[in-house]
Amino acid sequence: MFEALFPNVVLDKAWDQTLETLYMTGVSLAFVFVFGLILGLLLFLTSKGSLWDNKWVRWLNWITSSFVNIFRAIPFVLLIVILIPFTTKLMGSMIGASAALPALVIGTAPFYARMVEIGLREIDKGVIEAAKAMGANSFTIIYKVLIPESLPSIVSGLTVTAIALVGSTAIAGIIGAGGLGNYAYTDGFSRGRTDVTIFATLAILVIVFAIQYIGDIITKRIDKR
Amino acid sequence: MIIIENVKKIFQTKTGNLTAVDDVNLKINEGEIFGVIGYSGAGKSTLIRMLNGLEKPTSGKLEVSGKDIASIQGKELRHARQKIGMIFQHFNLLWSRTVAENIAFPLEIAKVSKFERQERVQELIQLVGLEGKENAYPSQLSGGQKQRVGIARALANNPTVLLCDEATSALDPETTDSILELLLGINKKLGLTIVLITHEMHVIRKICQRVAVMEDGKVVESGDVLEVFKNPQTPITKKFVGQGTEQQDTKETMNQLLKKYPSGKVVKLTFVGDTAEQPIIQSLLQNVQLTVNILHGNISQTQNGSYGTLLLHLDGTEESIDEAIQYLNQQRVGIEVVNNV
Ligand SMILES: Nc1ncnc2c1ncn2[C@@H]1O[C@H](COP(=O)(O)OP(=O)(O)O)[C@@H](O)[C@H]1O
Ligand SMILES: [Mg+2]
Repeated sequence: MFEALFPNVVLDKAWDQTLETLYMTGVSLAFVFVFGLILGLLLFLTSKGSLWDNKWVRWLNWITSSFVNIFRAIPFVLLIVILIPFTTKLMGSMIGASAALPALVIGTAPFYARMVEIGLREIDKGVIEAAKAMGANSFTIIYKVLIPESLPSIVSGLTVTAIALVGSTAIAGIIGAGGLGNYAYTDGFSRGRTDVTIFATLAILVIVFAIQYIGDIITKRIDKR
Repeated sequence: MIIIENVKKIFQTKTGNLTAVDDVNLKINEGEIFGVIGYSGAGKSTLIRMLNGLEKPTSGKLEVSGKDIASIQGKELRHARQKIGMIFQHFNLLWSRTVAENIAFPLEIAKVSKFERQERVQELIQLVGLEGKENAYPSQLSGGQKQRVGIARALANNPTVLLCDEATSALDPETTDSILELLLGINKKLGLTIVLITHEMHVIRKICQRVAVMEDGKVVESGDVLEVFKNPQTPITKKFVGQGTEQQDTKETMNQLLKKYPSGKVVKLTFVGDTAEQPIIQSLLQNVQLTVNILHGNISQTQNGSYGTLLLHLDGTEESIDEAIQYLNQQRVGIEVVNNV
C-alpha cells in the first residue's frame, strides 16, 4: 500500500528529515521564546504610561520598537541571504540544519515579541497597581504578575509562532538547510518525484496540527479566567 | 496618624493643567474610620493614591504613620507600602492565583517563609469568612467574596492603615452592608486606621466616625459624621445628607405639601443623638393646644448615634403655633419652618 502510493519515499531518510525539521523548529523556538519574551517585556515596560515610563526609557522603547519592526518586515528569504556573513561566522557553515538557526531566531523573535506585548497589554492595569501598592518591586511584578497573568497569551502566541517557524524551516530547507522542506525540494521536486513532495507536505501538516493541538490544550488548562 | 498638609496634585494633560487635588488639609487619627465622599471626578482617588505613593503630590506634605510618604522612594517606599493595605472597587485580584495564593502574594513580597505564609493565610481566611474557598480561583467567586479576598490580602502584612477606594461601589446593597460590617469588625478588632472613599452617603453613615466632603479637588466640609449630618453647610453636603436619609424634601414635594396644608405651618424637626429617642411630640401635645399631622419621618443610624428628621404640619390658632415652635425650640431638636421655596 505505502510502496504503491509513495514508491520513491525511503522511510529512513524521510524520518531523518522529519527529525531535522523538528530539531530546527524546537531549537529556534526555544531561543525565540527567550528573546521574544525579553523583547516583548521591554516593549511593554518602556511604553507610554507603563511601569518604567520616563524620559530615559523612551529612547529604549524607540530602539526596541525599531529593531522589532525592521526585522519583522524583512521577508524571511531575504533575511537568510542578508545574514549569510553573520551565520557563517557564528555557525562556521552556511549549510545544514544548524545554519538555519540564526535566521530563524532573528526573523521570528520580533514576531513573537509583538504577540507577547499584546498579551501584556491585556493585563488589567489595576492588578499591576495592586502589586505596586503591596510594595512589590519591578522584578516581582514581572515574574509574579506580568508573566503569570499573561501566560495564556504567551502560550497561544508561542503556538502560532511555532507553526510559523515550521513554515520558515521549509523555506530555509530549500535554500540549503536540511529538513522536510529540503527533502521535498531536492529529492522530490528537482527529480520529478511528486510522491516525495506530497509525503513531505503531509509530514509537515502532521507536525503543524500536533503543535496546534498541544498548544490549545495547554492554553486551555492554564487559563483560569 | 495621617497628616495631609496643603496637598496639591496637578496633572499635566494634553489640554492643559488639571488640578485634581487642590490644597487639601486633613488629619486622620489612629484607629478611626475616616470617610471621603464626593462625586466622580472630585479627586478622591487621587487623594487616597497619594497616601501610599501611587501618586506623588505636586506640593504639600503627606505623613502616614510617621513616614513622609511623598519624599521617600525605592526600597523605603516599598517597605512603607507593606504597612499600608489597599482595597479596590474592582478587587484587582490575580486571576492566575487561587484565593489562598492571592492572599499569600503580599507575604511573598515581604519575604515571609513558606511555613509562616501558610499559617497566616489560614488565619486571614478565617478572619474574612472564606473557609472552604482556599483553592477556588477568583473567577469562581461572587463580588462580595472577591472583596473579602481583597481585604484579606490587604491585611496580610499587618498594616497600620487600610485604604479603601470605592471598595463597595461594585457590589449590591446587601453585599455592601456585609463588607462594611467586616471592615467595621476589623477596625475594632485590629485597631487599624481605615480611610475610605465613596460616593454613597450610606457607606459613610454606616461605618465612618469622621467625614470629609470633596468637590472639585477641594475639601469643602469635614468633621464628625453626626455633626455634618445635623448641620450640613455646603449645598453638596446637603445633597449627600439627603441621599443618606432618603429625605424627600425636594422643592417640588415641599411646595406640594404647603399647597395641601394652606392653614397652619409645616415644620421640619431634626433629631440628633439621644433626642431622637425622646417622646417630643407627646410632650408638645400635652403642653400646647393644637393639632399635629406627621407628614414624613425617618431615622438613620450612624457610628456616633442616630439622626432623624420629622416633617410636621401644625394647625391651630396663630398663638398656639408660635407657642409650639417656641416649645420645640427649647427642646434639643433642630427646627425649621418650611416656607414656600
Ligand atoms: N493620571 C491622570 N492623568 C490626568 N488626569 C487624571 C489622572 N488621574 C486622575 N485624573 C483627573 O483628576 C480628576 C480627579 O480624578 P479622581 O481622583 O479619579 O476622582 P474621583 O476618584 O473622585 O472620581 C479627574 O478629572 C480625572 O480625570
Ligand atoms: Mg475614583
